Amino acid sequence: MDAGDLKRATWRVAHEILERNRSTSNVVLVGLQTGGVWWAESLARAVGAAAGEPPLPVGSLDVAYYRDDIGLRPVVPSAPTDVPFPVDGAVVVLCDDVLFTGRTVRAALNAIADLGRPAAVQLAVVVDRGHRELPVRPDYVGKNLPTRRDEMVDVTPEGVVIGELDAGAGGGPGPGSALPQLNALASKGAPAPGASTPPPGGTLVPKDAMSAGNTGGAS
Amino acid sequence: MSAPMPTASPTALPQPAQPAEPAEPVPAAEPTSLPLPAEPAPPVGRHLLSVGDLGAEGLKEVLRLAATFAEVLSRPVRSVPALRGKTVCSAFFEDSTRTRLSFELAAKRLSADVVTFSPSSSSLNKGESLRDTVLTLEAMGVDAFVVRHSCAGVPAQVAGWLAGAASVVNAGDGAHEHPTQALLDCYTISAERRRRGLAMRSGSGPADAGDLEGLQVAIVGDIRHSRVARSCVLAFSALGAAVTLVAPPTLLPPSLEGWPAEVSHDLGSLLPKCDVVYLLRIQTERMEGQFLPSAREYKATYGLTAERARLLSPGALVMHPGPIRRGIEIAAEVADGPASLITSQVASGVAVRMAVLYLLLGSGALLATS
Repeated sequence: MDAGDLKRATWRVAHEILERNRSTSNVVLVGLQTGGVWWAESLARAVGAAAGEPPLPVGSLDVAYYRDDIGLRPVVPSAPTDVPFPVDGAVVVLCDDVLFTGRTVRAALNAIADLGRPAAVQLAVVVDRGHRELPVRPDYVGKNLPTRRDEMVDVTPEGVVIGELDAGAGGGPGPGSALPQLNALASKGAPAPGASTPPPGGTLVPKDAMSAGNTGGAS
Repeated sequence: MSAPMPTASPTALPQPAQPAEPAEPVPAAEPTSLPLPAEPAPPVGRHLLSVGDLGAEGLKEVLRLAATFAEVLSRPVRSVPALRGKTVCSAFFEDSTRTRLSFELAAKRLSADVVTFSPSSSSLNKGESLRDTVLTLEAMGVDAFVVRHSCAGVPAQVAGWLAGAASVVNAGDGAHEHPTQALLDCYTISAERRRRGLAMRSGSGPADAGDLEGLQVAIVGDIRHSRVARSCVLAFSALGAAVTLVAPPTLLPPSLEGWPAEVSHDLGSLLPKCDVVYLLRIQTERMEGQFLPSAREYKATYGLTAERARLLSPGALVMHPGPIRRGIEIAAEVADGPASLITSQVASGVAVRMAVLYLLLGSGALLATS
């Protein structure tokens, strides 16, 4: 999935948000730190543009203190939560880059509840990669992407890349800009079953750039 | 405060026992390697006994997390479930208002259970030793002890007695250290400078969380008996500030060897250069004795009077760890004036102590060191 595919998916999801909620008057977007923040911002611009209005209000939410694996692995927030509008009575669209186990979304639902009582909470993700461990279902999906559990999915505004953890690899240098998103992913994705932490020193080897027409499952 | 010192001399500046960072769990590799599970290594160990143990990186991590907790405290629901199921015991063997309440609130805002140990109504009165008392509490399943004692070194001693994995936080020990006070002061300074949009002297950009690079800080008052001064000197200088101690010779420690600070006896000439003036409480029990001739003389020479406060540069900040003695070390109109951060300091306390407790009990620091 390249930058163009991503742009088209963003545009489509923006229209779906408009279609579902009929107007933008009550809709706010909240990106989950860190990978969901840029997605929330692009969606806010896209929904605004589709409705002929200014961009929707955007906030960012860090769910570290609500996670269920505190004490099992290092968990620290990456930035203070910044939701500069009341969520009471609003339709809050949670935005994240990758939907995997659903545990981050569970934490986000609890965090949102501490900020107020929204009229509704909806979920928009760039990639749904499956392997849910909780009853969580997205409302808007950029792309359904079948993956193995031990694969890494890297989402940036430039596109979506699947890689895998290969501890023995000598290090094919990947794009430097991918690193922050990988960290974000690492802090969100649940560890593979049977191993509480992935192998140290693992190296991401880009395996397969998902381009249009590759493995089906686009929604 | 002048009780016997079991392990540490009250005048020696505590030195970090060892380099602050624990061994990094993930070996550093080329930039493409995945820094899992987190990078860098947790900046804090199992206990917080001296602010010097944190190092500059640890200090900045505490202050960074404190900013996230300050946001939590501004919400309608001012707590997070981060330390659910953990138990924090506050054991204050010396009187305290703000520190104990602030620690207990911090633990409650993190959803930890809080038990308060009151020495005056405890079995200490039946002759139980401090060690047996601590081991009894540990056996009940306490995860962190917040310890204040009139003797320097007691928190370190308690840490040595613990058989399990519980943490100890020093909440003030004799004239040794008061780490969380220094942390909240650093947080208050950098938050206030960001709020006022003041650039750091060393660079052109606005201040980062915990960046005190290039600031001129004067610590004024009873340095000799002050645990706050010892922790603040360590923390301010670790974050890049230049510290000057201002006090009559009788209220300076006998030796300042190893202190990263200058000494001055002339407050008036120093004030125009200061970014921060940090006043310490003058304890009346020491006023009329051997240390000082009189309160009036101290005020005339070292007090931040209204006239002297006019020498301060426009952006300068005035701080005091409290309780303040109006009319002695600080004039009432200065304490209540726009330069004063005294109430902000108290307000920062809960967020900073949440950061400390979370780093010790929740962030995974324990995983790396145990």
